[in-house]
Amino acid sequence: MSASHPRTLFDKIWADHVVEQLEDGTALLYIDRHLVHEVTSPQAFEGLRAAGRRVHAPGNTIATVDHNVPTSDRRHGIAEPESRLQVETLQENVREFGVPFFDMLDERQGIVHIVGPEQGISLPGMTIVCGDSHTSTHGAMGAWAVGIGTSEVEHVLATQTLLQKPAKNMLVEVNGVLPPGCTAKDVVLAIIGRIGTAGGTGHVIEFAGPVIRNLDMAGRLTVCNMSIEGGARAGLIAPDETTFAYIEGRPFAPKGEDFDRAVAYWKTLPSDPGAHYDTIVRIDGSEIAPMVTWGTNPEAVLPITGVVPNPDEAPGEAERAQMQRALDYMGLTAGTKLTDIPVDVVFIGSCTNARIEDMRAAAAVARGRHVAPNVRALVVPGSGLVKTQAEQEGLAEVFIEAGFEWREPGCSMCLAMNPDKLLPGQRCASTSNRNFEGRQGKGGRTHLLSPAMAAAAAVTGRLTDIRELV
Amino acid sequence: MQAFTILTAIAAPLPIANVDTDQIIPARFLKTIKRSGLGKSLFAGMRYDDEGAERPEFVLNQEPYRGADILIAHENFGCGSSREHAPWALLDFGIRSVIAPSFADIFYGNCFKNGILPVVLPRSVCDQLMEDAKLGANARITVDLERQVVVRPSGEEFPFSVDPFRRHTLLNGLDEIGQTMQHTAEIATYETVRHTAKPWMPSISL
Ligand code: SF4
Repeated sequence: MSASHPRTLFDKIWADHVVEQLEDGTALLYIDRHLVHEVTSPQAFEGLRAAGRRVHAPGNTIATVDHNVPTSDRRHGIAEPESRLQVETLQENVREFGVPFFDMLDERQGIVHIVGPEQGISLPGMTIVCGDSHTSTHGAMGAWAVGIGTSEVEHVLATQTLLQKPAKNMLVEVNGVLPPGCTAKDVVLAIIGRIGTAGGTGHVIEFAGPVIRNLDMAGRLTVCNMSIEGGARAGLIAPDETTFAYIEGRPFAPKGEDFDRAVAYWKTLPSDPGAHYDTIVRIDGSEIAPMVTWGTNPEAVLPITGVVPNPDEAPGEAERAQMQRALDYMGLTAGTKLTDIPVDVVFIGSCTNARIEDMRAAAAVARGRHVAPNVRALVVPGSGLVKTQAEQEGLAEVFIEAGFEWREPGCSMCLAMNPDKLLPGQRCASTSNRNFEGRQGKGGRTHLLSPAMAAAAAVTGRLTDIRELV
Repeated sequence: MQAFTILTAIAAPLPIANVDTDQIIPARFLKTIKRSGLGKSLFAGMRYDDEGAERPEFVLNQEPYRGADILIAHENFGCGSSREHAPWALLDFGIRSVIAPSFADIFYGNCFKNGILPVVLPRSVCDQLMEDAKLGANARITVDLERQVVVRPSGEEFPFSVDPFRRHTLLNGLDEIGQTMQHTAEIATYETVRHTAKPWMPSISL
């Protein structure tokens, strides 16, 4: 493709990283950043060891622990033996292979997708991979960031490259102005509700339009985080002044003259006018309302003003059966107003919504109110640095006074791998990204929503339209 | 990696769409540092009740499907997480091929790395194969990667397409890292050029 041909942001990043073009369109791509965590890496390091291979570029690699770590005081280590073994295995592997590492008690530790942007490790124009599907988060920096499996983790560790075929380009343009009470989370849930969980399969999604442009970096990270829930391995947003301002001064970001040179390059990245997209979706942002999921995948989502849908109104028998199965699992009856659904647990955290901005949004609702009786509410900051900042800003105090638990950073109740889990039948309002069966604990029921909506549910004890509280 | 050429086997029907990786292997089973031994936890939520006893209504708890090597499902199979534990669990159970109208991208790629062939066929074809599969042991289905066809017990054939590169790697059971390492010189050249073109690119050291 000639340089004068109008190209998308993704096309440009791709072209800039081809080490070698192989037959049938597969390319050997260079990987700028490889994020490693304890769950999907042990078998990869084991493979390296067995083959006598080393880590090709440790300086492109960063490791931390997040999925297994308890979010209570952990100065005395991890009680659960299997979790402990996975964490210790990573500790040994990073030592043996010389990989930079933020350990459990390091203030910079946190959920890998919070840490990358926060540290200035994830930058525009980069290729970023991690053995985790929510690597799509980093696309908000204007990077191509995808989740990979453990075999590919090993491949990247050994060669700093990945074998890939180019994805198709999809443009999701969100126009208009977002109504009050709506956040980035509502935007991305609305997008998934529209395109479906498989809508982006085979594509990278570029999010654009005034609503996206007006989001701060935290909001953009939330949107890109959930690209994978719309089927797209990667979601990205063109870097702009908001991006550059966010990056400047972060620990691993380029400094001084280097920063200026980097910005000059980053400014060449946004899609050219007339660039080709294989699929275009336009959404009127002014019609978005605060959203909440009712089913067992993220496309089963509705405005909070809605009611639990009726399977008998599904378009076909397969869809009807699928919907009935979801309602049975969720313990819901068709026709119930969403705002009449009581919750047992509220979880504010995860790589979708555990940045300082999310803490502030939830605290604004919690301030001066109290968690409803019989509700357990957890706030889990995304990193040690978010935790410290929230404490300095007095947010932790707001949460604690309102009866929320204030925890140590980690994936926590986003997935049932550490002590924070739902019990069978418990219903949770959660700011995470997946409402799959059993995701938050065996038999647990998940409703996805924004941090402000989650805090609202905590204080009222039921799913609540945030606009009633502000 | 075990090569995949041709497989004639019992197929288990799983007529569900959006089978996600948390269903294939729930997170609580990911705390392993090995690739093997996950077969017993495959589909744990659907396969076992709260006491850990088998649910007789689940297909893989029934004869002859306990010995199935092929799985047939509906749209968007394998959506969700990147966990390679999903194909590891399928493989450990004995599944070598999954046939569905569509797959989630990461899961689809992960299968090839583990000697599992995911086959995409139209929903109408999958429905026919699903009916065959319900006949159990008398209805063996053939998945032929060499010829790129799925053969019904009746002998009717359905062609499927697959990436030539992935097909080659799977047919020969090749080690991808070994293949890529033949390009070490090109990788080194790229790194030199990158260093010159993006001198601002920080290297992470603590
Ligand atoms: S917070 Fe949840 S989605 Fe994000 S990396 Fe952790 S487990 Fe995965």
